[in-house]
Amino acid sequence: MNKLRKMFTLDSLIVPLVAIVLGLLVGAIVMLFGGYNPIEAYDALIQRVVGKPYDLGETIRAITPLIFTGLAVAFAFRSGMFNIGADGQVLMGMTTASVVALSLDGVPSIVTVPLAAIAGGLAGGLWAGIAGFLKAKRGINEVITTIMLNWIALYFSNYIIRNFFLLKGQNRSENIEASASISFLSQLFGGARLHWGTIVALVAALFFYIYLWKTKQGYEMRAVGFNKHAAEYAGMSVGKNVVKAMFISGVFAGLAGTFEVLGVFHYQSVFAASPGYGFDGISVALLGMNHPLGVVLASILYGSLTYGSAGMSFAVGVPPELIKIIIGSIIFFIAAQGIVRFILKPFYLKRKKEKVQ
Amino acid sequence: MDVITLLGQLLGSTLVFSTALIFTSLGGIFSERAGVVNIGLEGMMIFGAFAAGVGTYYAQDAGMGSAAPWIGILCAVIFGVIGSLIHALASVTFKADQTISGVVINFLAAGLTVYMVKLLFDGSAETPLINPVHKYAIPVLRDIPILGDGFFNAYPTSYLALIMVAVAYYVLYKTPFGLRLRSVGEYPGAADTLGINVSRMRYIGVMISGALAGLGGATLTLTTTSIFSHNTVSGQGFIAIAAMIFGKWNPVGAFGAAMFFGFSQAIRNYVQMFQWSSHIPQEFIFMIPYVLTIIVLVSAVGRSHAPAALGTPYDPSKR
Repeated sequence: MNKLRKMFTLDSLIVPLVAIVLGLLVGAIVMLFGGYNPIEAYDALIQRVVGKPYDLGETIRAITPLIFTGLAVAFAFRSGMFNIGADGQVLMGMTTASVVALSLDGVPSIVTVPLAAIAGGLAGGLWAGIAGFLKAKRGINEVITTIMLNWIALYFSNYIIRNFFLLKGQNRSENIEASASISFLSQLFGGARLHWGTIVALVAALFFYIYLWKTKQGYEMRAVGFNKHAAEYAGMSVGKNVVKAMFISGVFAGLAGTFEVLGVFHYQSVFAASPGYGFDGISVALLGMNHPLGVVLASILYGSLTYGSAGMSFAVGVPPELIKIIIGSIIFFIAAQGIVRFILKPFYLKRKKEKVQ
Repeated sequence: MDVITLLGQLLGSTLVFSTALIFTSLGGIFSERAGVVNIGLEGMMIFGAFAAGVGTYYAQDAGMGSAAPWIGILCAVIFGVIGSLIHALASVTFKADQTISGVVINFLAAGLTVYMVKLLFDGSAETPLINPVHKYAIPVLRDIPILGDGFFNAYPTSYLALIMVAVAYYVLYKTPFGLRLRSVGEYPGAADTLGINVSRMRYIGVMISGALAGLGGATLTLTTTSIFSHNTVSGQGFIAIAAMIFGKWNPVGAFGAAMFFGFSQAIRNYVQMFQWSSHIPQEFIFMIPYVLTIIVLVSAVGRSHAPAALGTPYDPSKR
């Protein structure tokens, strides 16, 4: 209990909250400039998220891949690496899961889904592992390799889907029979596309925490992230940890892709451009300060805002791009905590004065 | 078509694809050489592409004719700098994590620009079509085989980009300012002791990078797409980051890397002209630039050394 209290110190709770309020304020100001009523707009946003069971379910659906990709980016960050390539890893996971599920046509879901998830996770992990391996062996900056691997994954996935599994006359794969949906929950939420991925994502967050903070291997990884020279001096293998960290990071991303096809779409599209999951993951990881609990909370915020933005533009006509401005501002205020402290300063001073009296 | 013309045209379209990357990767060098990571290049390009589209449109509306694109370019530079100032404010003044504040720029740019386009043009998600800039052939030089078609019959922006490579090299390595800028990125403590204002140098570095990335974005709108929409830039900023790292944070190296990326984009149009390429799935042709980059990195370039103080906010008390 004491530990929990320590985790939620005043500062680590107040700064993000103030940042969110400031971000929403920035959004309101931008809306006023555009001639929209911010109060109506935010009301419509909240209504869209919690108004109907279906929408609440769909919000959870939108949050799920964010948790996965957020964890992926955060995990790499903790080990001192910047994984811009979660997008490509999502695609590789997605494609592998599709291939497994489509090849095992007719086999019951209870067999196919776990197999596809394992394959998808592995594919994502190996794809990220390439960047880790090249960094460990040849010292090649992982930022550049993961960006390149994103594009390669995009075209590779399109090649597989277009050449082997294309639904005639459509720009997508055949329907995937195997499903990770949770049907009774779906019915409860008015047909929202809820699936096992959400639960797996939460388990992954727990794994993230236990692995990094409660095991020797995780300790090594964080040590490499903090200071690789010190870690090496202490006898840890930097290279091995780099590859392992990228692999685990990629597994998270691969699972995101797996459950997007098995749980949500039940087919895979041929993408014209990067679907952007990985870039959402970067912002979620940064919002969540690279902590698994933070990532989950940040995903909830990010997913709700994004899903709710449709309601906002439907009811009040605000372009949904506004949400990007809000999220950008929130991240800005969290990153530049100096600004938040600067704004809070008068309040802190006041409190101190009261104590003196 | 004979080989000479073909090669000349290939080189010419290489330059078209490379121009935006050259500007932006040069911009990245100025920021990162001063010790500030710039993941926000993509966003600064978006700001530039947007400002160029909107600025040129209104300048044309006001009847400025052929001067309009230059007004657009000026707007792009200004918007790029404004974007970079947000980055500098967060990462230099408030010592925020530089990666995070770069990501913020990407977000704000993607959101603000499309939002403003929708406000300005009655809910349309893209700017109206503008008259693009036209190629200008340099007399005499254009008659050189291959190089004439390649370098001397190009868009004015491409000429500007080539000049900027030389200017950037000169400024970084041959002037006191360049030495100061680099020293701030390598060892800010020592630079501070010698009386160099670390924060000011970093601000200048980031602002130059904003101006150049804005130019890069403007190039895309004015020479390639002729409109601004949400996918005008689509990842070019990240490719520019790759070009910067590939070129080892050196203007000439980055120029080479940008040309390499441009070449691989250009070649995929040319490969498709040949009969034998019909047996290769188009996806594999699209992959060429990215696979080649990794192969080149693995085999030839090897370890690249970032500026030593890259990514760390300067704290005088730890000197």
